Amino acid sequence: MKARIIATLAAALLAGSAFAAERIRVGFISTLSGPSAALGVDIRDGFQLALKMSGGRLGGLPAEVLIADDQFKPDVGRQAAQKLVQLDKVHFLTGMVFSNIMLASVPVAFENKTIYVSPNAAPSPLAGKDCNPYFFVASWPNDAYHEAAGQHATNKGYKSAYLIAPNYQAGKDSLAGFKRFYKGNVAAEVYTKLGQLDYSAELAQVRAARPDALYIFLPGGMGINFIKQFVAAGLSQDVPLIVPGFGSDQDIIRPVGAPMLGLFDTAHWAMDLDNAANRKFVAAFEKEFNRLPSVFAAQGYDTALLIDAAVRDTKGKVEDVEAVRKALKAARFDSVRGAFKFNRNQYPIQNYYLRVVAKDAKGRLVNKTIGTVFKDHGDAYVQECGMK
Amino acid sequence: MSWILILEQSLNGLQFGLMLFLLAAGLTLVFGIMDMINLAHGSLYMLGAFIASTFVQATGSFTLGVLLAIPATAVVGMLLEMSVLRTLYARDHLSQVLATFALILIINEVTRLVWGSDAALPGPAALSGPVELLPGLRYPAYRLLIIGVGLAVAVLLYLLVTKTRVGMLVRAGASNREMALAMGVNIKTLFTLVFGVGAALCAVAGAMLAPLFAVQVGMGENILILAFVVIVIGGIGSIRGALVGAVLVGVVDTIGRAFLPILLGAFFQPRVASAAGPALASVMIYLIMAVVLYFRPQGLFPARG
Repeated sequence: MKARIIATLAAALLAGSAFAAERIRVGFISTLSGPSAALGVDIRDGFQLALKMSGGRLGGLPAEVLIADDQFKPDVGRQAAQKLVQLDKVHFLTGMVFSNIMLASVPVAFENKTIYVSPNAAPSPLAGKDCNPYFFVASWPNDAYHEAAGQHATNKGYKSAYLIAPNYQAGKDSLAGFKRFYKGNVAAEVYTKLGQLDYSAELAQVRAARPDALYIFLPGGMGINFIKQFVAAGLSQDVPLIVPGFGSDQDIIRPVGAPMLGLFDTAHWAMDLDNAANRKFVAAFEKEFNRLPSVFAAQGYDTALLIDAAVRDTKGKVEDVEAVRKALKAARFDSVRGAFKFNRNQYPIQNYYLRVVAKDAKGRLVNKTIGTVFKDHGDAYVQECGMK
Repeated sequence: MSWILILEQSLNGLQFGLMLFLLAAGLTLVFGIMDMINLAHGSLYMLGAFIASTFVQATGSFTLGVLLAIPATAVVGMLLEMSVLRTLYARDHLSQVLATFALILIINEVTRLVWGSDAALPGPAALSGPVELLPGLRYPAYRLLIIGVGLAVAVLLYLLVTKTRVGMLVRAGASNREMALAMGVNIKTLFTLVFGVGAALCAVAGAMLAPLFAVQVGMGENILILAFVVIVIGGIGSIRGALVGAVLVGVVDTIGRAFLPILLGAFFQPRVASAAGPALASVMIYLIMAVVLYFRPQGLFPARG
């Protein structure tokens, strides 16, 4: 304990000076328990894998990752952020899955000029009018998958689309994103209760409406139930179902199984993206955890690589926040998603792909990339951002 | 809005209601006879689904797996009653709520240790598609099976409660516990038995719904709230009330979700209707409960005279 206090004091004294740090401390808050834990666990495992592969170092310096569970509760997340930022004086904060928890927690980091690198949540306010110099997104803007899905529906020439999302802010944002790039007619826009389990009523309405395509944003368990029931109702033969990439990745494929075959989705990453960094990541992840990586795992891994590159480029002078920001913005690392750069609001500009669930050579259900929907795509809010 | 759609939605409502009934029947008996608020009832529903998933995977047969899971869950329920819940009967409701809420957390974490946070329970392959009931009305075969099982269990339960000696004791306990005690009914054994039956019904509901829903830790909490609404509407301690209440809740919830936004669209601007529709649909069942409580504070079929 005493040693810990001395270490903290020493770190506090060092803060502001431009000496190279001896250790990098990363605060990692994520949803690691409860029904949505699978997402947080994948992000954590991806992050830890990158760290393990670099011998426990970030940018050449020994790294210490302090892990906290937000229990899917905004207030718990905020408390953890306070402890990590103010007490442990972490150099970077990262890890959170859900926008609502992150929005409650990141102000603590911003007030203390601690950089938050988001491995997942990237809500629109922080892209636009509330953009912040200490906020970097290593994943994709919240709207992006939905925009890509809308573009895909337009490309396919679907004349009418039926949209379903839960009745909360992210649900409304998702359908707004879809409609931004969908040129056809919206047959209906249905908002269901958050956490709803049975979709028989909605499915009967879809059957009666006979749309050309059905788009759903139903994260986690809701999507698992919906897809099972959609197939059981025989609708999969009549109506093409499109989902955002995280709605049909490994964490959903595992519990649903065969009914997932032939499902279309849009994402910024896929297991079969052909680049050296990705091949190395997929093989290492499968070997380490004995399961296939999801987009969340890829995002966690990329987040670690991004921080690694920034620490390396500042030659370990992580106390100099401006230098770290500059290095992060340059993003000189080989992302598993391929080409990637930051916009001026520090949200990514990257490609989005169309994927389909199919069997791989070993008979396992995986997402296969079948096309590029957007090339070098940013977000719709960057105009409102005041940063240069 | 064709009549086929209305028929299909009514079937959906019936199917949902019958499954709610299986949960509510056990809950209402425990509440009515033992005067015990058991929040951990939903945990038995979850355990039933997890146990069924293990048995279905071990035996390779859906029917056999579910049939084995029912007595297994009943045994778990009875053990729970004998070890923990029995000591709570004499306490006030607040202690019962606190203790059984603790049980929810403990059972959730134990389940996570044993099975992990989710499990797979695929339905029978033969029933995975839809069947054509009427020209133009295709309905998932598996949901029809659920309706069939729900109705069969309801009839069995009715016969058990009204035609057998055990059922008579149960009814006596529900309508006047002290008098039943005074007449020499072995309350201890009866309570354990009732708890076992309640747990078995939970297992039926959990196992039957698992192929539609995800089998996951925490699945019991959401549905438990609906089960409480059902028994409050139906009248605490009444099996008949649970059946009527459950089907009412199931149909109102389904019809509300399906048709309320359309109905509102006929009267209001689309923007207002699309915002108010889902909000109103999700509170419909609570509105029904409030109305029932206003006119009949004891519920529709009060068990106590």
